[in-house]
Amino acid sequence: MNIQCPIPTHENEIVLLGHGAGGRLTGELLDQLVLPAVGSVTGPLEDAALLPGHPRLVMSTDSFVVSPLFFPGGDIGSLAVHGTVNDLAMRGAWPLALSVSLIVEEGLPLAELRAVMESLGKAAQDVGVPVITGDTKVVGRGAADRLFINTTGVGQRHELLAPSAASARPGDAVLLSGSIGLHGTTVLGTREGLGFESDIASDSRPLHRLVRALAPLGDAVHVLRDPSRGGLAAALNEIARDSSAAVEIEENAVPVPEAVASACDLLGLDPLVVANEGCLVAFVDADSAESALAAMRSLPEGARAVRIGEVLREGPWGRVTLRTLVGARRIVEMPLGEQLPRIC
Amino acid sequence: MKYLDEYRDPVLAGQLLDELRRTATRPWRIMEVCGGQTHTLVRQGIDELLPAGMRMIHGPGCPVCVTPLETLDRAMAVAARPGVILTSFGDMLRVPGSDTDLLSLRARGADVRVVYAPMDAVRLAAEHPDREVVFLAVGFETTAPANAMAVLHAARLGLANFSMLVSHVLVPPAMTALLDDPDCEVQAFLAAGHVCAVMGWREYEPIAARHHVPVVVTGFEPLDLLEGILMAVRQLESGRYQVENQYVRAVRRAGNTAAQDTVRHVFRVTDRAWRGIGELPDSGLELAEEYREFDTIRRFDVGGLCPVEDAECIAGGVLTGARLPTDCAAYGTRCTPRHPLGAPMVSSEGTCAAFHTAGRTPRRSTA
Repeated sequence: MNIQCPIPTHENEIVLLGHGAGGRLTGELLDQLVLPAVGSVTGPLEDAALLPGHPRLVMSTDSFVVSPLFFPGGDIGSLAVHGTVNDLAMRGAWPLALSVSLIVEEGLPLAELRAVMESLGKAAQDVGVPVITGDTKVVGRGAADRLFINTTGVGQRHELLAPSAASARPGDAVLLSGSIGLHGTTVLGTREGLGFESDIASDSRPLHRLVRALAPLGDAVHVLRDPSRGGLAAALNEIARDSSAAVEIEENAVPVPEAVASACDLLGLDPLVVANEGCLVAFVDADSAESALAAMRSLPEGARAVRIGEVLREGPWGRVTLRTLVGARRIVEMPLGEQLPRIC
Repeated sequence: MKYLDEYRDPVLAGQLLDELRRTATRPWRIMEVCGGQTHTLVRQGIDELLPAGMRMIHGPGCPVCVTPLETLDRAMAVAARPGVILTSFGDMLRVPGSDTDLLSLRARGADVRVVYAPMDAVRLAAEHPDREVVFLAVGFETTAPANAMAVLHAARLGLANFSMLVSHVLVPPAMTALLDDPDCEVQAFLAAGHVCAVMGWREYEPIAARHHVPVVVTGFEPLDLLEGILMAVRQLESGRYQVENQYVRAVRRAGNTAAQDTVRHVFRVTDRAWRGIGELPDSGLELAEEYREFDTIRRFDVGGLCPVEDAECIAGGVLTGARLPTDCAAYGTRCTPRHPLGAPMVSSEGTCAAFHTAGRTPRRSTA
């Protein structure tokens, strides 16, 4: 038998879609190209940044390029509000104001733009955050995918909360406010017409009230993270890295809805890596874990909050491990780039 | 879907492991043929919970990994042509060819699209009569029926702009080739449930009888694999070598005869080169003469291809179960999913990718 092997070379000198997927490729792009260009950033990259000179104010910006514009459980308009509000909330902040910038492709039916904007307006109203400024650009056909939205938000921190991705401590309980994988599988299913979207809807929703419910726990809340792009695997890896913590979760404890599990099985995707838009991960003092769970469960968006793991008291630092269903232990890696559906 | 929970029950898994430890008196070596099974074993850590000394050998059943380099280079040469839409399943896009991969080619402007079924490619051809739509058709017996149906559908529609780059491979000739190798350590096989759902298991009976190896048709969930391993060990311990079916909920002995008829009508058996392994007689499928008009190779003359193979990568050894990914000097350093040297580090079903995703290191895998 002839045992040989292929040699492939890779000179990825151009941007790939995977550079935007929130995994290792995104990290490389930021570390090697974006951050050096804009000057040094102190501390870990958080969902939202503290406003220099204003310790209680935080700011966050995000661009929404989701396709299709409308999907079960949401649309690009409401998503653009929820995404930025949630990024502010993950620094323990209540949203004060939003800006909205539109990049519209020539040819988009005005009816669709109107529907998106009405949804965006309603979402902002439901959150209770005013849209105070914005911008609109129209680009030629082919220069954008129908509609892109950028939202920037400013928020004010709750008095006692100061969560940071670098603040996880040994012994912390790792809590999750709801099920994972709903948003990513819904959008993929809708975009590709895979037929399972009737069983599933995005979890897109604001999480700022959930964070307010945690505020009385004060400095017992060490980390809050919104596991959006890159899913739970990326969020936990970022926290483990930034806190030099050894995070361990129980596969059995992570709530994966049956429809998500089935869709991921079909496509060969890992639910831990699929995007979410309506749940948060909280690292809290073990002594406060039950209180935190009770606080989250008191609200609809946290009704299914569960404890999924802990920060170990001994290493490996910076790593995330998972206790599998059959009791073995494996490492949860930072996802690379976009997930690709498998062949069979 | 209830079946997911039922086949992932930790209590039952523990009971099966206990039973396995009670049953195995020797360090048996069992090969799971299919890459999907490899991933479940490694992701769940089942292979590390087996009785002392007992070892799973990871087989060549990753269709992405064994697709010849020349086929990939041909696909990329065709995709780079103006007016072509090249389609394939997602995990083919990152597989390295000699110079680049389809994902990078797409980023440079080629129209490369992920499809979820071969019929999607036929639909694209009908929607774009001014473009040439090519479907890169890889896979084992599992995907062959749907690909055959796509060809029939394209023929029915009279599509002159649809073609298929066929690189199908067949499992039984690969198992036979492995067993004929004097260095083969495999003492029993877990056969891939989805292949058998199409083909049944009659083809395995002469292999089991001739080589005295138990073959257990097995599913893909953790409990499927544990039960399949236990059934194989029970045969080994009692000196039996039969084909048994663990995957009774999906597989019967004769398989899906209608699907087999369709495959036989559209394709014919041919010799096939396996990436990393070499040419195996009667181990592949190609389009039957009646459907040669849909053959991409005939439709596009891309000139002479010069696939370049790497001396450092040990993918061939990994694919035949002779080596572990962690035996490779490049594993996790020069070869990662980010910069793969070989296909098993790319595909979601590749053994090297399974090891890397689960964070396996040389120390752990050989402990």
